[in-house]
Amino acid sequence: MSSPAEADGGQRASAAGGGAALAVEDLVAGYGEVLALNHVTIEASGASITAVLGANGAGKTTLLRAISGMVRPRSGRILLDGVNRTGRSPEELARAGIAHVPEGQGVIPELTVEENLRLGTMAWPGSARRRADRGAALAEAYERFGVLADRRRKLAGTLSGGERQMLAIARALIARPRLLLLDEPSLGLAPLIMAQVMDMVVRLSRESGITVVLVEQNARAALSIADHGVVLNLGRVVAAADAKDLAADVALRHHYLGF
Amino acid sequence: MVEFLQFTLSGISFGMIYAAIALSLVLIWRGTRLLNFAQGGMAMFTTYIAIEVIYHTGSYWAGFVVALAAGIVLGTVAELTVIKPAAGKPELNAVIITIGLLVLLEGLAGIFYGGQFRSFPAAFSVTGLRVGSTALGVSRFDVFVAAAVLVTTLLLAAGFRYTSAGLRMRAAAFNATVARLNGIRVARVITVGWALAGLLGALAGILVSPSTFLYPNSMDTIFVFGFTAAVIGGLDSPLGAVIGGLLLGVALSYASGYLGSQVTALVALGILVVVLMIRPAGIFSGAQVRRV
Repeated sequence: MSSPAEADGGQRASAAGGGAALAVEDLVAGYGEVLALNHVTIEASGASITAVLGANGAGKTTLLRAISGMVRPRSGRILLDGVNRTGRSPEELARAGIAHVPEGQGVIPELTVEENLRLGTMAWPGSARRRADRGAALAEAYERFGVLADRRRKLAGTLSGGERQMLAIARALIARPRLLLLDEPSLGLAPLIMAQVMDMVVRLSRESGITVVLVEQNARAALSIADHGVVLNLGRVVAAADAKDLAADVALRHHYLGF
Repeated sequence: MVEFLQFTLSGISFGMIYAAIALSLVLIWRGTRLLNFAQGGMAMFTTYIAIEVIYHTGSYWAGFVVALAAGIVLGTVAELTVIKPAAGKPELNAVIITIGLLVLLEGLAGIFYGGQFRSFPAAFSVTGLRVGSTALGVSRFDVFVAAAVLVTTLLLAAGFRYTSAGLRMRAAAFNATVARLNGIRVARVITVGWALAGLLGALAGILVSPSTFLYPNSMDTIFVFGFTAAVIGGLDSPLGAVIGGLLLGVALSYASGYLGSQVTALVALGILVVVLMIRPAGIFSGAQVRRV
């Protein structure tokens, strides 16, 4: 996998592996009166897959939004490879290597498939490189996601749910992120499609070394592909362990994860 | 029959000017959901700048180019100084700010240039064209007006469709959140939108002022017509703005031609009310439009 020559000291993930290490320290964030995250501390090492689990309202989506800059935390720190990124704008964080696929919002339906993919290149450093590499990046995406190649000139709104999810993830990958945040990527998808999406996430992490933080309602599926798991409940971390151990902890599963 | 042709052609020519104003309103509305009430005022101001340049240099085209450049500058400065600070606050704030900007510009124009009506030169002959012995009802200048707006519109459309900057603007207009998550500096995109709107307004001002004369309030009516055209076409739709402008121009031409020129404003407002009642989203819009 090629990557553009870096003037900024190798900030983007390359084939050699280089997913960012994420550290969330004592984060407090919320909306108005409501505290969605209540002193949350989480770690995700480079090139790992971390599943963030919990019931509705647990704070999972707010966590991802805080990391990507959509929500400004009230206190606490967010560190990417040891660099403090707390309170930066979403645009800056996207350019620093964070790709966030929000729930149900990963694509812009009024743009074509190809235009959506091109959005991924907007986070690249240096506009001159953008033009030269863009063609190669798009070709790579079409090769990996054949269904997108067939529909490249169609409006993204005409795609099925599973295809849109593929497009959203493809778009995120074109940005060559070091940290990929996925919010409920399997929501609304048929089980078969969901399995494909999960498969793809695993392959991406292994191949490109991207650090993945995955929020999922479907805890079983998420734990089956993750290295580590974090369980949130009402804005607090109630469990953080290797995914295998979490899956084996029957009491925890029953209490917080519903299976 | 000849009359009908004359009214149609002259309606198209004026319609293009309404389309230019409508387009500038759509440019700002799509990106920010803000209706720029100062659009006509900005166009008037840049036209005054043009007339000063023409007066001092003797060259129409120098004035033309300077006016367009001034439009870009005025749009950019307005956005950066008074509009951007209102971002994130209640929407009514920004609306009132644009009204304030309109009052400011009209006041300044009165102070600097005086309130008297000034004539503005036309780029080309305003003598009516004829085919054989039939008067067409339009002049070479009218043809220039239509061509200028058409060319500008096509250039803008091509820019939006084929360039990365255009893609950034469209993405930011459709979904600012997703755009920002992709690293697009939406604040910058909005400023560029205002700069382009300023350019279009300046163009409209120069093209219409030979017919209306130039005075601090001269663009008020044109603004209302441009706004009506934008509503007809759908505030979200650039194509709608152009078509709305043409439809309105032609409708008003028939109205003033067959019913007398005093009903023009009445007919325009009547059309606006009807469209807002029957299909407030406009002809070309798919989505709901919030009422300002």
